[in-house]
Amino acid sequence: MNGAADLGGMMGFGPVIGEPEDEHFHADWERRALAITLAVGALGGWTIDASRHARESLPPAEYLSSTYYEIWIKALEKLLLGAGLVDADELAQRSSLRPGVPVPRTLSASAVPAALARGTRYDRPVDAPARFAVGDRVRTRTMHPTGHTRLPRYARGKVGVIERVHGAHVLPDTNAHGAGEHPQWLYTVRFDARELWGDAADAGLTIAIDAWERYLEPT
Amino acid sequence: MADDDGMAARVDALESILIEKGYVEPAALDAIVETYERDVGPRNGAKVVARSWTDPDYRERLRHDATSAIAELGFSGRGGEHMVALENTPELHHLVVCTLCSCYPWPVLGLPPTWYKSPAYRSRAVIDPRGVLADFGVTLPDSTRIAVHDSTSEVRYLVVPMRPAGTDDWDQDQLAALVTRNSMIGTGLPTAP
Repeated sequence: MNGAADLGGMMGFGPVIGEPEDEHFHADWERRALAITLAVGALGGWTIDASRHARESLPPAEYLSSTYYEIWIKALEKLLLGAGLVDADELAQRSSLRPGVPVPRTLSASAVPAALARGTRYDRPVDAPARFAVGDRVRTRTMHPTGHTRLPRYARGKVGVIERVHGAHVLPDTNAHGAGEHPQWLYTVRFDARELWGDAADAGLTIAIDAWERYLEPT
Repeated sequence: MADDDGMAARVDALESILIEKGYVEPAALDAIVETYERDVGPRNGAKVVARSWTDPDYRERLRHDATSAIAELGFSGRGGEHMVALENTPELHHLVVCTLCSCYPWPVLGLPPTWYKSPAYRSRAVIDPRGVLADFGVTLPDSTRIAVHDSTSEVRYLVVPMRPAGTDDWDQDQLAALVTRNSMIGTGLPTAP
């Protein structure tokens, strides 16, 4: 979707302000926001793609005026409501009003290190051969889906070169909406900056994205 | 920006609801925070970089299958299931961003810093990377090309910066201490010896 999260190329946000390596959180609630987001994610009620969509579909003014952990919490509340794990009156009253619904699994403290160290792989075996090879010229599709996509606006309808072939990965565009994993070949596509930004762009600068096969057509 | 008191109350209430309903265990929440505050951070990535600087065979494995090479050192999992290492050279400098959200290689760098998630960085890294580098006090020679990588999939990128001159007889631990977090994102360089 063309949401506020799709920030590449926007202007006016001011300089980037660095911070020390050992600064992890700026308030204790951010620790809790991280922890509950990861712990509830482990219930398996939604995919990583669905959680990204819950964040990117916040109204633009709200997205841009929220800190990152605020965005996470607002999205988590939407996901919990959507999955029927928490009800709207409970969020409004800030209190649990009825017992939880059965969940397939919960994350115990002793399982945390192994679960985080294991992660979740997103590559899948597919029968179809890769359509493109390293060095091929491709054009990204011009498309403006109302649902989730990982093709940024700045890189739509642009000509680039295949730089890497990663194997077939779960397709976020469908997976975010519970419409299946539909694994597809995933490629790194490299663009000349002038293709994306015009003649004033830095000569020699390249920008690469990872793009699923359905985002690409031969040129 | 953030109304800290309001958010603290909102998160506190949500946490209580989730615990009361039996969806999360308080001890598991503490364990998650502890993992990223204590165990998983940029010192992991620094070990990978220092090893690649000193061990040509390891460097080769890192180039061809970064996920496995990084797992050899005990680093794997959430946010690093599919890793690619990008080696800087005098001619080419890599810079990593996630314009759409905040994808970041957690097992080797830990949680992303606030600036990595900020609209300022995400908007400008792809259109004005030299300007972003200037914000970090980094100026590259005009002859060094910049390659920006927008992390739009579950593949995560680790920049392997150039080994500083004057470190020929240094061991891996000494070298790892020179490797800054920002040098593994591309917004910085290793500390000079």
